[in-house]
Amino acid sequence: MGLAPTPVATREIPARAGLEAARRARGPESPKWGATILFLAPAGVLLLVFLIYPALYTVLLSFNRGRNGIFNEWVGLDNYARLFSDADFLNFSTFPPSGALWNNVLWLVFYVSIVIFLGLIIAVVAARVRYEALLKAIVFVPMAIAATALAVIWKFVYSPDANIGLLNAILGGIGVAPIPWLGDQNIVNFALIAVGIWGSVGFATVILSAAVKSIPAEVIESARVEGANERQIFFRMILPMVSLPISVLAVTLVVNVIKLFDLIFVMTGGGPGKASQVIAFTMYQQAFEAGQFGYGSAVAVVMLVLLTPIMIFNVRRFRTGSVT
Amino acid sequence: MTVLAEGMAGSRPRTPAGRAVAALNRTAIHVFLALIGLVWLVPTLGLFVTSFRPRADIQSTGWWDIVNLHLTLENYSQVLQAQGMLQAFLNTIFITVPSTLLPLAICAMAAYAFSWMRFPFRDSLFLIVVGLLMVPVQVAFIPVLTGMRELLPDLQLTRNYGAIWLAHTAFALPFGIFLLRNFFITLPPDMIEAARIDGASDVNIFRNIVVPVSVPAIAAYGIFQFLWVWNDLLMALVFVQDSTKYPMTRAIQSLLSQYGTEWHLLAAGAFLLMVVPLIVFFSLQRYFVQGLLAGSIK
Repeated sequence: MGLAPTPVATREIPARAGLEAARRARGPESPKWGATILFLAPAGVLLLVFLIYPALYTVLLSFNRGRNGIFNEWVGLDNYARLFSDADFLNFSTFPPSGALWNNVLWLVFYVSIVIFLGLIIAVVAARVRYEALLKAIVFVPMAIAATALAVIWKFVYSPDANIGLLNAILGGIGVAPIPWLGDQNIVNFALIAVGIWGSVGFATVILSAAVKSIPAEVIESARVEGANERQIFFRMILPMVSLPISVLAVTLVVNVIKLFDLIFVMTGGGPGKASQVIAFTMYQQAFEAGQFGYGSAVAVVMLVLLTPIMIFNVRRFRTGSVT
Repeated sequence: MTVLAEGMAGSRPRTPAGRAVAALNRTAIHVFLALIGLVWLVPTLGLFVTSFRPRADIQSTGWWDIVNLHLTLENYSQVLQAQGMLQAFLNTIFITVPSTLLPLAICAMAAYAFSWMRFPFRDSLFLIVVGLLMVPVQVAFIPVLTGMRELLPDLQLTRNYGAIWLAHTAFALPFGIFLLRNFFITLPPDMIEAARIDGASDVNIFRNIVVPVSVPAIAAYGIFQFLWVWNDLLMALVFVQDSTKYPMTRAIQSLLSQYGTEWHLLAAGAFLLMVVPLIVFFSLQRYFVQGLLAGSIK
């Protein structure tokens, strides 16, 4: 949770229980309409009013100037054209590229891979010591606390004042001048990604630890008897057997990245300048600080489009789950 | 649970050289894990210590200077009273409790229908719910705000808690329905069937059989939703417009933008925000982890 978007954490992970199990359930032959409506109406009404209707409204509004959030001037693809020519959103003219969407790419590459890597290493290594449960609890705690609190904790660690910030105090101890971790536009994204990693590794560790432990000890043992070394056991046996949980975890982390907001908003406000903005931040800022509802809607639609492949992946997985 | 660990312990090398390598490896493992433990503990610990240090001390020395440690509760009383964090704490509770109980009830009902009732297009409707899992909350911001202004001007939902309760509830539904339905379909069909033969209605089966036997799953989901709402900032930014009703996340965010270097206030505020989730975490760790992981491991 540390990284706000995590309810999705588990959101896109269909359990294998397919539709078949429910189909087997022997309900009464003809539907009882009264009871059905009673049980489904509250959820149905809320989903229609707060998810489905707003999603359609936002898609339409993204083709409109949308002042005050109403349909006042049809502009076609104008909002999208402006968005993708906006250097603050995506800028390939410099090296390295920059812009909010590019920052999401940075998060995607570094956050997702390092969280999985560290989570797997900690899960495998901690399984060999007696204090495993304690260590996993320590690493997991950031998942319980708000991204807002994570932001305060790490703003403190990153403080440029060596009397306050631990990192710069350590650097000062070895004679290095203080580094403005959050104030330098070349460093800020990596400083934020490090906080994101810190907040999510516990989640990866707990998931992967369960997966690693489901590998029968005899299998590992017999490989060892036949002369396999630790590295071979890790790469040839453990890794392939946890590839499914890893893919599930990767999807979760990708969703986290697309929805990332709270941490950035509290830690840097997108700054310095606009150096650490991400797509969800752009949406909030365009719609609510700049009052550009049509333009903000276009950003929300881009988010929806980015999440659509995962949506299709989930639905597919769920349907195939019902076949097997 | 310890299958792998035992397996590894069972493979002790037999030669002295092999034992030396193993000992070295074990030391390396302990050093690595100790390092991980430190990196994950120290940042939080530092802020915790700071929250009890007097303002003047914080400005002059780092929290690690434990030789001259003076502790005070002044920061907490100042942030609670002068900075209105007590009100924000209550606001967080006012926002969180209904935003947890409403989805619990509504999700459980819908999940029951999707698992144990028969109606046309049931599975297609359920696949739509699975699809809705991925709809980002951002798509609701503009329509819900403007729609509420247009359609329900008298209710002023963003001036009170109406908007945030409903928005949290609605966006919790796809996941909650999905999660609980996956649990409900694992209940033994004979149990439900027997009740039906005895003439029990769906309402009775739901209330007297399905809900009581599903308490662990419902609790896991409830804890998850509770923490999600408690920790949320984004939804509160958009759907709570009255500054006297701001939750703690928002109060801390504005504290930070106003007094970015007043660490005595920020540290105390952040711990007030963290205290309830930490209590939940340490007292209900099993349910908590289940809630977060539910569905991810078969």
